[in-house]
Amino acid sequence: MASGTETTHDATADAAHGAADAGHAVAEHADGMPQLDFSTFGNQIFWLVLTLGIIYFVLAKIALPRIAAVLAERQGTITSDIAAAENLKQKAVEAEEAYNKALADARAKAGEIVAEAKAEIQAELAVAAAKADAEIAAKATESEAEIAKVRASAVESVKAVAKDTTKEILGAMGSKADAKAVTAAVNARMKG
Amino acid sequence: MEGDIVQMGAYIGAGLACTGMGGAAIGVGTVVGNYISGALRNPSASASQTATMFIGIAFSEALGIFSFLVALLLMYAS
Amino acid sequence: MAEEASAFNIHPMDQFVIKPLFGGHELNWYTPTNETLWMGIAILAIIGLLVLGTRGRAIIPSRTQSIAEMAYGFVYNMVVDVAGKDGLKYFPMIMTLFMFIVFSNFLGLLPMAFTPTSHIAVTAVMAMGVFLFVTILGFARNGMKFLSIFWISAAPLALRPILALIEIISYFVRPISHSIRLAGNMMAGHAVIKVFAGFAGALGLGAVAPILAISAVYALEMLVAFIQAYVFAILTCVYLKDALHPGH
Repeated sequence: MASGTETTHDATADAAHGAADAGHAVAEHADGMPQLDFSTFGNQIFWLVLTLGIIYFVLAKIALPRIAAVLAERQGTITSDIAAAENLKQKAVEAEEAYNKALADARAKAGEIVAEAKAEIQAELAVAAAKADAEIAAKATESEAEIAKVRASAVESVKAVAKDTTKEILGAMGSKADAKAVTAAVNARMKG
Repeated sequence: MEGDIVQMGAYIGAGLACTGMGGAAIGVGTVVGNYISGALRNPSASASQTATMFIGIAFSEALGIFSFLVALLLMYAS
Repeated sequence: MAEEASAFNIHPMDQFVIKPLFGGHELNWYTPTNETLWMGIAILAIIGLLVLGTRGRAIIPSRTQSIAEMAYGFVYNMVVDVAGKDGLKYFPMIMTLFMFIVFSNFLGLLPMAFTPTSHIAVTAVMAMGVFLFVTILGFARNGMKFLSIFWISAAPLALRPILALIEIISYFVRPISHSIRLAGNMMAGHAVIKVFAGFAGALGLGAVAPILAISAVYALEMLVAFIQAYVFAILTCVYLKDALHPGH
């Protein structure tokens, strides 16, 4: 040992010692590498196997089945909830359809009523119109007859006046008028 | 005196062994870098390859750990 | 060199020492140690989370029950995704390993705690257990067809013997890397924190930088504690898949 001081620490002393008698790789002392202290291996392996055995037992018998059951149950609940929601949605759709159908029916009925009323009014209107036409026609024929009468009398008057006037004019002109000829002439004129 | 020389050699060897960890660092960097560049090209496929990336990291890192172990053995167990 | 060591007084490996719990120096195979104590705490924590936490069996879970269900779903999906549906028979085993590792890792991050998973003996037993289990299962389920995982029929014929050699070597390295990865990660993190703590102790009150470094490493260790448990479990699933379906 080159240092040779009393303060030399265990670790260095030990390492140097280990290095000195080469081939003795195992550090017997704690200050080497505790992982390579083979004297503790039996102890570690025993406790490790025990630990893993306990954990395996607890997990396989209690924890994992329980968590699996909880997850399955949750999955089931979610599935049934989704199914219920689907059901409700279906019902809502049906309700909407029914509502739409009722609305369409009501609309159709209203249309029918309107058409009926229209037809009725149309019919009444037609009757009234026919009656009015008939009345108007009757009035018109009556009026025409009157007018015809008036016209006939007017023509007669005109003829008379024309004959008289013609006689007067002829008289004034100094020639005796032949009554028959005048009448014929006036009649011919009136026709033309 | 002879023990000191042996120990000096052991310590130098430990230091040299640590350079091996640089190689592991490069390896891990390559793995992750390639994973990320692949994931950015095709993000939808990245999730399925995360486990593969970790396995790759583990393999390349293990070699760095070996060199670290050699360093420790030289330091403490020689 | 010796003076430096005594000046700094850093003993990063002290935290891994196994001591009998009730004093004394004798360490028989049945002696309860500090490791036993922390394994027991891990058992109690697992029971607290997975058994007491789910006591209510509520459809709408409480917070603890949610965490328990999350852990269950996490490992369950991992097994199904990696090992397939027939791997579910071994789900309790993988769940046991995962829960034990994750709780040991996180409990070990408590100050003054002991980390069972930082010991090679612990992780090696788990890894060897997984290795033997998977190998026996592979031969029991597939007979000699199990050997086809070494004989890669997709490769050219000339290459196959070489690949078979590589595959066989890598197959037997599995338990070693499987165990050393976990133990090494845990040991490295704790040792680094301890080294920085030693710096802080040496610097006294002005030790801002080491304390910041400890915080950063501690955050990283939280991540590593989970990722290593995840990696251990997922590699177990991968090995299981090889045993169940050696064809691919």
